[in-house]
Amino acid sequence: MSNSPILKSSIAKKIAMALSGLFLVTFLSIHFFINLISVFNEDLFNTLAHFMGNNPLIQFAMQPVLILGVLFHFIMGFVLDFKNRASRPIGYAKYNGAANASWPSRNMIISGIVVLSFLGLHFYDFWIPEMVYKYVEAKPIASERYFHELAEKFHSPIRTSIYCFSFFFLFLHLWHGFNSSFQSVGMNNKYSKTLHKVGYAFAVIVPFGFIFIALFHHFNH
Amino acid sequence: MKLALKIWRQNNASSPGKMVDYTVDNIEPDMSFLEMLDILNDELIVKGEDTVAFDHDCREGICGMCSLFINGEAHGPDRLVTTCQLHMRKFKDGDTIYIEPFRAKAFPVIKDLVVDRSSFDRIQQSGGFISVNTSGNTIDANTIPIPKHDADKAFDAATCIGCGACVATCKNSSAMLFVSAKVSQFSLLPQGKVEAKERVLNMVNQMDAEGFGNCTNTGACEVECPKGISLENIARMNREYLKSSLI
Repeated sequence: MSNSPILKSSIAKKIAMALSGLFLVTFLSIHFFINLISVFNEDLFNTLAHFMGNNPLIQFAMQPVLILGVLFHFIMGFVLDFKNRASRPIGYAKYNGAANASWPSRNMIISGIVVLSFLGLHFYDFWIPEMVYKYVEAKPIASERYFHELAEKFHSPIRTSIYCFSFFFLFLHLWHGFNSSFQSVGMNNKYSKTLHKVGYAFAVIVPFGFIFIALFHHFNH
Repeated sequence: MKLALKIWRQNNASSPGKMVDYTVDNIEPDMSFLEMLDILNDELIVKGEDTVAFDHDCREGICGMCSLFINGEAHGPDRLVTTCQLHMRKFKDGDTIYIEPFRAKAFPVIKDLVVDRSSFDRIQQSGGFISVNTSGNTIDANTIPIPKHDADKAFDAATCIGCGACVATCKNSSAMLFVSAKVSQFSLLPQGKVEAKERVLNMVNQMDAEGFGNCTNTGACEVECPKGISLENIARMNREYLKSSLI
């Protein structure tokens, strides 16, 4: 029994979910930092966006790893949710989940689906046009175009609303997910309280920061 | 108090069950929840009807036999108590109370509110013990110095009575709080460290084989556990499992 492959075990899957989540949090931090620059300095934002969009290491090494990370996190999330639901074939007539656990912790699959749907829109808005611009139409490099492309997307109140709605669900997902990942990898010690405060702060600052950025460009451009 | 009861009735493991309505009257606030069910069963006997089957033994919160999912919570609305320690003063006259068995694929219903929790026994048998040499040279455990912090943590983990409330309340039917408590109570002590690697691997593998769900750290198990077993044990088990798998 002890020779069972580690990757088949429930704990290994849980740790893999946590590590992929922490990897995505790292990417999210960089994305947030660059987007925040767009509020303060158009030129610097263009420079950073141009670097991220044209550096070979980021484009051909980091970007595929990121996409694989996103795919792994979502596919594993669905797989685990399906298995967890199957572990209780007959449900309760009355189940008071709110009595002992927070809404975000009980509904990670819902917040995850909203964030996944948002990623589809986000790719449609930015990533796919960027790929077409660079690799299909092979247009010349124009490092000053990024800010205007960003601002143009937030003209629409509907798109801005969808972005803000999605960022709120990102907040719910991170509120449980970020701190949960530390527990999953086995961190529960004297530093945990401080780490949880950092986790909660991140879960609030980043999504609501994204909401601020979206609203800023909507009302200022 | 007069109470309306909605109770899960099921003849046996293979028959379908359903919620059945009952009414009980003259219930005293100081009665335990199980005494209230005893009164219902007395009335059913007088009427010549089949009594409601439910698990119970010590009726003082030690044995872990009583279960019941009451109004959507394992062991009912009170905290740090088992169903036998739950008093009727937690309810009001005229209340409707839902009484269901602990639900999980790994806890099949035997009859009415009685479920088969032998999956927990098999997990224990897979590694929840210390192999002791009884050849006559056994060293008295009390002669081994143990830091108080570790002894306290091990004792806290050992207070788990294996009732299954963690599984019943977890939205994923995960048994990780139970298994982690059993792993921790040994791995924190010198006597348990010798077999720590095999123990955590075997117990987790058996837990998975029984069909329990995965932990998503909602923390519901810790809240509903009648013995207050901490989530810290799950983190410890995750660490030990990872370490034992890789090294």
